[in-house]
Amino acid sequence: MATNETLIGAGFSDPVFQSQTAFRALLAALSEPGQVCELAIAVEPPAGLARATALALLTLADYETPIWLPASLRDGPAGAWLRFHCGATLVEDPARAAFAVIDGASPEPKLAAFNPGDDQFPDRSTTVIVQCAALAGGETMTLEGPGIAGSCAIAPSGLRPGFWDEVAANGALYPCGVDLILSHGAHLIGLPRSTQIQETR
Amino acid sequence: MNTHLNVGEDTKPAYNYAYLDEQTKRMIRRALLKAVAIPGYQVPFGSREMPLARGWGTGGIQVTAAIIGPEDRLKVIDQGADDTTNAVSIRRFFERTADARTTEATDEATIIQTRHRIPEAPLKAGQIMVYQVPQPEPLRKLEPHEAETRKMHAWGEYGLMQVKLYENIARFGEVTTTYDYPVMVNGRYVMAPSPIPKFDNPKMQMSPALQLFGAGREKRIYAVPPHTSVRSLDFEDHPFRIQSWEQPCGLCGAADSYLDEVVIDDQGGRMFVCSDSHHCETRRAEGHRGAMLADASALHLVEDEAKS
Repeated sequence: MATNETLIGAGFSDPVFQSQTAFRALLAALSEPGQVCELAIAVEPPAGLARATALALLTLADYETPIWLPASLRDGPAGAWLRFHCGATLVEDPARAAFAVIDGASPEPKLAAFNPGDDQFPDRSTTVIVQCAALAGGETMTLEGPGIAGSCAIAPSGLRPGFWDEVAANGALYPCGVDLILSHGAHLIGLPRSTQIQETR
Repeated sequence: MNTHLNVGEDTKPAYNYAYLDEQTKRMIRRALLKAVAIPGYQVPFGSREMPLARGWGTGGIQVTAAIIGPEDRLKVIDQGADDTTNAVSIRRFFERTADARTTEATDEATIIQTRHRIPEAPLKAGQIMVYQVPQPEPLRKLEPHEAETRKMHAWGEYGLMQVKLYENIARFGEVTTTYDYPVMVNGRYVMAPSPIPKFDNPKMQMSPALQLFGAGREKRIYAVPPHTSVRSLDFEDHPFRIQSWEQPCGLCGAADSYLDEVVIDDQGGRMFVCSDSHHCETRRAEGHRGAMLADASALHLVEDEAKS
């Protein structure tokens, strides 16, 4: 519930061109998994959302796309901000969400709780934005698959134990499965379901 | 129709940048991201009425409109040529509605919207190909029901397609499909590459460019990300082959490009010329001369760079 203390901050100052710029970064991120893409747009995100997370939702979400947020964000300024700017419904059931934002370190919900689509409509799956402590400095994972020439490495940090096992299990559902966007600050890494994860220690 | 005015001028624009409203763009953008995540899978989308007839590239136009921005340079080709009706009118559409910077040079373009060809010049990382697709469903001629083809894709049940190719070989000794030749994308989905000649199919394999496909009438969007496996369907004993010609391009002498046959008189005379007009012009500017360039130049059909 928005109260007098909850002031909703501004969204895009130039919606047409800023959303176009942000979308091209998202398209590049998901078509070339593992590349760190920057969303260099001056929008002040609400508390609890990284700038890249906020920009991605501002660009993609609207009244057609239910969003799942952790309860603490849903009832806080982030929920109010998304309701106002996107007109999106905030849902409690992760399986109903078109977009979801999770904290990479929190143990719940598991990736399997979100909608993986079905074999005839795998495009109906949830896109999960995972907010990380950083996009470097963590355990190094090697990625292979469409969009990657040979292989590439990423090392996001601040992810819960077992997170990469969940990602591998999600990849095993291909062509079903959720698509991931790892975000921190103004940067993001796309990790679609088509990407295979190899661990290198 | 009022033309679009530059943003920043005092007058209000007649309609939104790049014609489509922002909600439509968001819907198309979401479909594009899912298409990229599932290479070769056809994502349904809410195709809009466009100010030209369906079948004239409305799918490709909607995809281009959803991705284009002021930083882009747009090239539009129709059967390889920059100067044919469809290419000229679509290029003008984006010049008017999106103030698009356009080009005919393949290597300068960031977005290349195409009808039925892939340029001869190799594509680069960062470029986006947008294909206009009349029939996105490769299985449609074999199975008319969408409910059935959807199950066939869901279960990877592509035996029917292999049987069709086999029957072709049994009857004619080779696969007679020469355009829209079905491909297997990322080892999972059989995909229609749009009606490009099979000559162009190998260019899709592990291409460094992002390839997006829009079918406006059929309301489908699909994609092939860069560096993705795109294999033309074939058999071990009948491997996939591309077309070849006995003579090179009559204007520029290229022996490795896709050639169009042009009838030049009523005596049975004909010539073969590059279908990619920019490729042919570039080669002529570099001094390559085909056997019929002098004749064509004398008739003022083309400019002969060596003489001018």
